[in-house]
Amino acid sequence: MSRVEKSGLYCPNPFGEFDQILLAHGSGGRLMLQLLDNVIMRIFDDSLMHQGHDGSLLEPPHSRLIMTTDSYVVRPLFFAGGDIGTLAVNGTVNDLAMCGARPLYMSVGLILEEGLPVSILEQVLLSMKSAAQCTGIRIVTGDTKVVERGRCDGMYINTTGIGGLEAENQISAAQICLGDAIIVSGDIGRHGMAVMSAREGFSFSRPIQSDCAPLWESVKFLLDANIDIHCMRDITRGGLASVVKELAAACKLQFSLIEKNIPVDSEVRSACEVLGIDPLHVACEGRYVLFVPGNSAETAVSLLNRYYCENGDRMGNSQFQAGVIGEVIPGKSGIVTLRTTIGGNRLIEPPSGEILPRIC
Amino acid sequence: MKYLDEFRNPALATMYLEAIRAIVSRQWVIMEVCGGQTHAIMRYGIQELLPREIQLVHGPGCPVCVTPVSNIDRALAIAALPDVIFCSFGDMLRVPGSAMDLRMIRARGADVRTVYSPLDAVTIARENPDREVVFFAIGFETTAPANALAVSLAAREDLGNFSLLVSHVLVPPAIEAILSDTNSTIQGFLAAGHVCAVMGVEAYKAIVSAYRVPIVVTGFEPVDILQGLYMCIRQLEEGRIEVENQYERAVRKEGNFHAQKIIKEVFEVVPREWRGLGTIVDSGWGLREKYASFDAELRFDIAHATAVEQSDCISGLVLIGRKKPYECPAFGTRCTPEHPLGATMVSDEGACAAYYRYQGGLVA
Repeated sequence: MSRVEKSGLYCPNPFGEFDQILLAHGSGGRLMLQLLDNVIMRIFDDSLMHQGHDGSLLEPPHSRLIMTTDSYVVRPLFFAGGDIGTLAVNGTVNDLAMCGARPLYMSVGLILEEGLPVSILEQVLLSMKSAAQCTGIRIVTGDTKVVERGRCDGMYINTTGIGGLEAENQISAAQICLGDAIIVSGDIGRHGMAVMSAREGFSFSRPIQSDCAPLWESVKFLLDANIDIHCMRDITRGGLASVVKELAAACKLQFSLIEKNIPVDSEVRSACEVLGIDPLHVACEGRYVLFVPGNSAETAVSLLNRYYCENGDRMGNSQFQAGVIGEVIPGKSGIVTLRTTIGGNRLIEPPSGEILPRIC
Repeated sequence: MKYLDEFRNPALATMYLEAIRAIVSRQWVIMEVCGGQTHAIMRYGIQELLPREIQLVHGPGCPVCVTPVSNIDRALAIAALPDVIFCSFGDMLRVPGSAMDLRMIRARGADVRTVYSPLDAVTIARENPDREVVFFAIGFETTAPANALAVSLAAREDLGNFSLLVSHVLVPPAIEAILSDTNSTIQGFLAAGHVCAVMGVEAYKAIVSAYRVPIVVTGFEPVDILQGLYMCIRQLEEGRIEVENQYERAVRKEGNFHAQKIIKEVFEVVPREWRGLGTIVDSGWGLREKYASFDAELRFDIAHATAVEQSDCISGLVLIGRKKPYECPAFGTRCTPEHPLGATMVSDEGACAAYYRYQGGLVA
């Protein structure tokens, strides 16, 4: 019996005769309607979705809106600390949050592989529902397609989000100033190593959990405390290195980071060591970098640590080490230097494409 | 992280830096042989912390870098064959052959898989009896024991669909080739600790007496490298010439008996082509006659695979320490980690990639 059946949401028009997704589920016919009614709409269950039109009428309270979109492809679909569904909601929520916008509405585009067990789809949709509820975003419209077996890794998800701007000052790379402190909201690299461990079957003495989590509430906490946030960026593919390189290039300033101040969990560090991967290149899904005036850095860090101490990150992670990792200095445009643990200097570069484990 | 953090300790690093400063009286040119050491030197910014008198040159000890174009082309030719699963360590996928790399051939439909151990490739062979599974066996003495074990295991299980494309190279003949070059300015070596952990230090004694250069077997963490440099500089300053072992926690002078035994069982010494250095006699390992049926070069018809080196790449001169990466006109412009012209730009352990990644803007 599927999870939906157990929850009493099962429709008498039997979907259960098919426990796998068929090509016909994407063909626009009766089976597709069954999939929509009995699985997708039942789980998401938002009144805006039930309007019965091709689109949903939105009446947001905000006058200025932010819109963002992202597509999610991850193998395996489930990993320690999350799944493709939590990623697809939190990733888009976090893109809105980084603009200073409260997440309001979201669309969900599903591309399913023929043969995908319906129970897996249900599990992912329940994760999406729960992640959306967690952060207050409403799933208001969607689309489903089915591709032939072998044409995708189980399922792909696209989400587009609309948020209402709540930050009063503009938040962008152009606002970054000389003397700004560079802060990271927590330890880096958990998500990338959690997915790699799940994909390659690595096991460590303590399993590495993804840091996948929504960021809006912690951003709101800082905004409410009148922290003058110049810029924020969530750390995703390419890791911290890619974020700081991109922002240094965008604001045409030089950043100086201090290696010993960059928090990396010991298990993540060990895994990176074994694989010959730089933790600065490893993805996160619930961490961000922020730029604030140097004189409010300490307040921002203590607020962040207080927020996470009191609230957790809503995904059950409880270890937080927000801290100042560097500053914006005069120098060459687009350069990011790192003061190494032994006092040398080196450049930070983004990873070159695919992260390939070293031979020895 | 025990046994690593201790060797990244800033206070210890400072202590060795001060000790080096205290004994240096003149210019010394020292080569770190292994790519892993080059990587650490760049990653921790060690060169800029050293007194100006100490010049580090980067040696040929990156296995990815010294694998010749001809072997990459053979790998590409095999990977392109129908029914072949071609298995490789991750960073070989980006190494350019004459016309393309393994990632490009994978995009064209070849089944190229990244594995973490040759034993993973044996497992794939076991699970896919109707496919040919080939492992790209590259590397120095460090990767040889596991590769030998894979062949021995496949032989024991009678896995007729498993083979190795062998491109194994040896460190001591490369050091000798560098020292035999009359233009060589290198006065001391940091030998690759992990190679010595397998093979022991005996081979280096002969080099030390023949070429009159100190060699210090050295580890890969910043404190290891600084201590190795201190030991090497002290020998040079005191006029001593001998083999010393900084990496005592991993290297016994006789090496690892079990590893050597399995290597000897499966491999024999052969001449080997090195990227940038050409063919060096007795500088590699090939499969013994007894294991010839596991030799991918004999199993597949790949005679058509041809090799063309990029003419404006100076990786050969970089590998023997005659040129620094930034002395190449293509460095950072036509040659980057995204579009490498030569293999020293491909692996993180390659000198060009290490300079580009960690020092590019600082030396430019």
